[in-house]
Amino acid sequence: MAVVDAAPEAKAKSPRGRKSDKAAVKTHERRAALWLIAPSILILAVVIGYPLVAAVIQSFQKDAGLNAATGLFEQGGFAGFSNYTHWLLQQCGPVPCPPGTNGASFWTSIFNTFFFTITTVVLETILGLWMALIMNRAYRGRALVRASVLVPWAIPTAVTAKLWFFIFATAGIANVILHAQILWTSQAWPARIAIIIADVWKTTPFMALLILAGLQIIPDEIYEASRVDGASTVQQFFRITLPLIKPALMVAILFRTLDALRMYDLPAILTGGGPGNATTTLSILVVNQIRQGFNAAAALSTLTFLLIFAVAFIFVRFLGANVVATTEAQQKGELR
Amino acid sequence: MRTGVQAIIIVIWCLAPFYWMIVTAFRPVDYTYDTSLIPIPATLDNFVTAFSTQLGNHLLRAIGNSLIVGVSVTLIALVFGVTAAYALARLEFAGKAFLAGIILGASMFPAVALLTPLFQLFTNLGWTGTYQVLIIPSISFALPLTVYTLASFLREMPWDLEEAARVDGCTRFTAFIKIILPLAAPAVFTTAILAFIASWNEYLIASVLSTDATQTVTVAIAGFTGSQPHQEPYTAIMAAGTIVTVPLVILVLILQRKIVAGLTAGGVKG
Repeated sequence: MAVVDAAPEAKAKSPRGRKSDKAAVKTHERRAALWLIAPSILILAVVIGYPLVAAVIQSFQKDAGLNAATGLFEQGGFAGFSNYTHWLLQQCGPVPCPPGTNGASFWTSIFNTFFFTITTVVLETILGLWMALIMNRAYRGRALVRASVLVPWAIPTAVTAKLWFFIFATAGIANVILHAQILWTSQAWPARIAIIIADVWKTTPFMALLILAGLQIIPDEIYEASRVDGASTVQQFFRITLPLIKPALMVAILFRTLDALRMYDLPAILTGGGPGNATTTLSILVVNQIRQGFNAAAALSTLTFLLIFAVAFIFVRFLGANVVATTEAQQKGELR
Repeated sequence: MRTGVQAIIIVIWCLAPFYWMIVTAFRPVDYTYDTSLIPIPATLDNFVTAFSTQLGNHLLRAIGNSLIVGVSVTLIALVFGVTAAYALARLEFAGKAFLAGIILGASMFPAVALLTPLFQLFTNLGWTGTYQVLIIPSISFALPLTVYTLASFLREMPWDLEEAARVDGCTRFTAFIKIILPLAAPAVFTTAILAFIASWNEYLIASVLSTDATQTVTVAIAGFTGSQPHQEPYTAIMAAGTIVTVPLVILVLILQRKIVAGLTAGGVKG
């Protein structure tokens, strides 16, 4: 919406229009810009860069502890890739990790993480698109719909998890409505479904708002013209709406996907990662491991980071969710 | 299906669970699983229970802790975010897309990847049980959020006034202080609200790094215990949930337009 608002005067005065200015001004401007942006970059380097590097270094070290062979306390030392093989090959020392341990639940948690990510993002995209289309129409009470959509977004995930925990209690309202006796949090598939429902409730509004913003950029004239040409509603949706909101949609999907891949609060509180490991996500596994040994946890968190980074890279590189390019085009007034 | 019917379905889907939390908060414990839409009989006991510290739940202290952490995180993010946002929105310089990309990438960073080294570092520094162990990691998501939201707000502001001021002899800095900052005040306020909400809702960092004394609301509510073992004190939890969300929901509804603009600014507009 704001994109359309960008006044023509503002565009004329945009940096592009001032290219003829003296080079001295440019140098000055560049220096000012670097000084203005440096503190933020520096802070991010400390709060993100440092822990990231430290985690990688940690992941190649042994945990300090008693050496089983000698009975002496040892100060860690270089571990090679053993912290990584611990997860990837599920090896605890020379033997396979016994069932029930953290090491044995790596691939389950990979499955859970991707399963939750794919199902929730698909459902949220479809429902979010539907909500956005409804919110984009003109009718009385539209303001109420837009306001109510913000409510699930504003509630902390921890409270959302507790709320749905109550809804899914054995004697809770979900079973009353369904006339069922489902043990939502103590059976694998019901627990997974419970998490998906709660997550979809909580985060679809965010998706809907991002898509709505994309919808509002589309000028009415395009629809009017297509109507004159005899296009049906379905044709309008697939030929006009979908292609035009694709950039906004892709960015929204990217945001939600990366968020879902690091999901923690909801499964941790709603099901505690259980029953067994049925709802343990990668983030939950990292936190469980932190309580047992740091260096293996560092390896796992590094793996999690690499995975999320790889997914983001694929999105930006191959699926056209080029966030930075979108920003730049915006600044130059090209994305309209 | 008619638009109105679909709109009603959306409203019910979004509000029903929230309504259920509020209704349950007013039910006596014996009526926990009652299915009436209006709490009859109603009681305020659950709110008393939520605030009582006899069971080891310190909701009031947790609210105080969340306020301390949330306000600190927001202020730090704003102080440093405003200048970076100004540079990204208004100045032309080499490597801008790269820096913008770094800041955006930071906002998508998985917090769990920070925890292991930070946990050890804070332990070594003897900071366990202090507020800075909660504030510092939270800046990792609050600062990028602030920069992006503010930058997109600043981009929309009229350039003419600032340039006129500079023609009249203001430096870029005084023009910023005298012209842009007052104009940007509503945008800064909205951004502050978004950063505060993000920090208020944070759970992962707080659940690993906080101690009993610095426990935040989300951790407190997740760990609420009841008078009887193995029995979830649902009504008290819903009362606590109501206490920490209703003010937030009211605030969000009052600032609705601005919040939506801020949310979409960070998303669609990169």
